[in-house]
Amino acid sequence: MAARTAIQLDLRDSVATALVPLSAGETVALETVTVALAENIPSGHKFAVRPIAKDEAVIKYGQPIGRATKPIQPGEHVHVHNVVSQRAVRESGVGG
Amino acid sequence: MLGVRCLVLGVWKRATEEGKSEIGNRKSEITIQGYPRANGTVGVRNHVLVLPTVGCSCHVAAKIAEGLPEAVAISHQHGCAQIGDDAAATFRTLTGTGANPNVGGVLVVALGCEQWAAEAFADEVRKAGKPAEIVGIQKEGGTSKAIARGRELLGGIADQVLRQERQACPFDRLVIAMECGGSDSFSGLTGNPLVGEIADRAVAEGATVIVSETTEFIGAEHLLATRGAFPEIGEDARKMVLDCEKVCRFYGADLTGSNPSPGNIEGGITTIEEKSLGCLHKGGHSPIQEVLDYAVAPTSRGLVLMDTPGNDIESVAGMVAGGATLILFTTGRGTPLGCAVAPVIKIATNTPLAESMAENMDFNAGLIADGKETMAEAADRLWALMLEVANGRLTCSEALGHREFGIRRTAPTL
Repeated sequence: MAARTAIQLDLRDSVATALVPLSAGETVALETVTVALAENIPSGHKFAVRPIAKDEAVIKYGQPIGRATKPIQPGEHVHVHNVVSQRAVRESGVGG
Repeated sequence: MLGVRCLVLGVWKRATEEGKSEIGNRKSEITIQGYPRANGTVGVRNHVLVLPTVGCSCHVAAKIAEGLPEAVAISHQHGCAQIGDDAAATFRTLTGTGANPNVGGVLVVALGCEQWAAEAFADEVRKAGKPAEIVGIQKEGGTSKAIARGRELLGGIADQVLRQERQACPFDRLVIAMECGGSDSFSGLTGNPLVGEIADRAVAEGATVIVSETTEFIGAEHLLATRGAFPEIGEDARKMVLDCEKVCRFYGADLTGSNPSPGNIEGGITTIEEKSLGCLHKGGHSPIQEVLDYAVAPTSRGLVLMDTPGNDIESVAGMVAGGATLILFTTGRGTPLGCAVAPVIKIATNTPLAESMAENMDFNAGLIADGKETMAEAADRLWALMLEVANGRLTCSEALGHREFGIRRTAPTL
């Protein structure tokens, strides 16, 4: 196996996590899918492995870690600029 | 403080007998070489424990244990001037450690004027079907006489305990505790998912898996609420986490406002759910069968949650007092911790740590991130190591003499 550059922890996940700094244009081969990166991804950060619709749950560890605030394309950085905590939303009583 | 804790603690165990039956009936074909106990539990070690009832008897306990190479003495500063739930939890932790299946027999070392009668400690050990004797410092007439008498009694216990031999026992009697400490950004990517995989396999074989550290579940409680084998359990799990937050707020700390921290966000963690799931993941995917107060023994097999602090020593001690016989412990920064009566398998989340603290690390999960192993391959290797340790192979912390022990406190000493 070649040195792994990213890991998808559960086959249901809509995101994978970079294990090293990755650059835009790079192609990353995961267990079941190959993703072309749309932007630079710092080590430890996530990118989408499939399209995620606005308001759709973002899945990591096979479970929802938050909700997309805008549509996210495969290979795009997934972080605080396009995902919001469902818990924070619920606690503050704003949105759904 | 006490009022808050009393308010938030409740009876959480609600698993029904009907619901427990399926998982409780699972019989594993895998055998381990362990120590079957009279109460049906199985130990993977056969310690002779010297158990002080109070901080004042710890020195004498340690000196008694020095007289027998196989003896383990624990040390603590409690057992006097404690109140309420906190006092009950201390008693439960001490007696639970003595009753742990990894302990073959116990010498109780009393002072004479402490909070609980020494007989109460010995009774809990005997109820688990094991020999227990008592030596009292005031009764014997001071330190030296108590040490001499204690060593005599300990010799008698050791004669009974140390002649026991390992026997084939079903794997499903194992109680495995999962812990993470000194975490790093790889903990949620390699170590914890790997341990979660082991948890799933162990539960499938009918074993009990305890996952704890309530503070690190904050943010995932609504997900926990969906994980209960029965609706009440999910609700209990959710309550456990929210109650922990209430205690934090009582002391002016807000664990949600600052989570994930700026450092976490810089490292790639986006939401509190993600952070907590990284920790919780070491319990795997099984339904939660039971939610336990600190140091309470599970009555179900399968995955159970225990209310413990994130403090590793106190968390491990609570799970071991509840009956855990084997600990899987992931670390990214590197902690040397062991446990008084249970083997701790220390799992490095990254290869640099596995190399820099090699004498403390039993397993390198960093190979997953290095691309040298798949998660499944690493799980096969860790599973094999776990069986070897259950059969008697010493872990790094055991070989180095680590015997950490600490009790969670929830009220001030008076």
